[in-house]
Amino acid sequence: MKNSLKVLRAQNDLTQADLAIKLEVSRQTINAIEKGKFDPSLPLAFKISKLFQLPIEEIFQQE
Amino acid sequence: MENQDWNTRVKKNTKNLALWTLAWVLSMAIATFGPEFLWEGESILTVTAIILNALLGVGLILANIRHLNSLDDLQKKIQLEGMAMALGVGVVGGLSYSLLDTTNIIMQDAEISFLVILMSLTYLVSVLLGQKRYK
Repeated sequence: MKNSLKVLRAQNDLTQADLAIKLEVSRQTINAIEKGKFDPSLPLAFKISKLFQLPIEEIFQQE
Repeated sequence: MENQDWNTRVKKNTKNLALWTLAWVLSMAIATFGPEFLWEGESILTVTAIILNALLGVGLILANIRHLNSLDDLQKKIQLEGMAMALGVGVVGGLSYSLLDTTNIIMQDAEISFLVILMSLTYLVSVLLGQKRYK
């Protein structure tokens, strides 16, 4: 699954650490999601969606 | 603030797990060496030490569950893969080792401590590899 987390983070002027703080996860998790190494759980995807105020499918897309 | 709370919670649970592990290991050492070096075979003390060890073991298990539940998605995945590998290697390796003993391929009796060491090292290496893979 690909995602636009890195772009959204940059648009909102957030570091990986900032985003980790807002989502209550480790910075390693943010990095792994951005690199496509790890797909988040549904609750975490909803958290990301709520934070950026975008539908989940606009942030995460099937490859 | 939220993440600081989350980080604090994870650190607290990790520290808690370390303390329970330390207490359990110490009680194991006392139950193992106590009858020989501390109370010279006094059965009541030996039974007490074994019960204490088992109770601390229950605390250790609960602390481990609390620790796992406090981790985030990725950390849980890394832990799950580490535990799956340790369990698999433990069952397969343990039964092979047992067969070596029962068929007298090896001279000495199979010791459960070897199995515990094998599973612990497998878990440790798997978690370290998982941390590296998702870095």
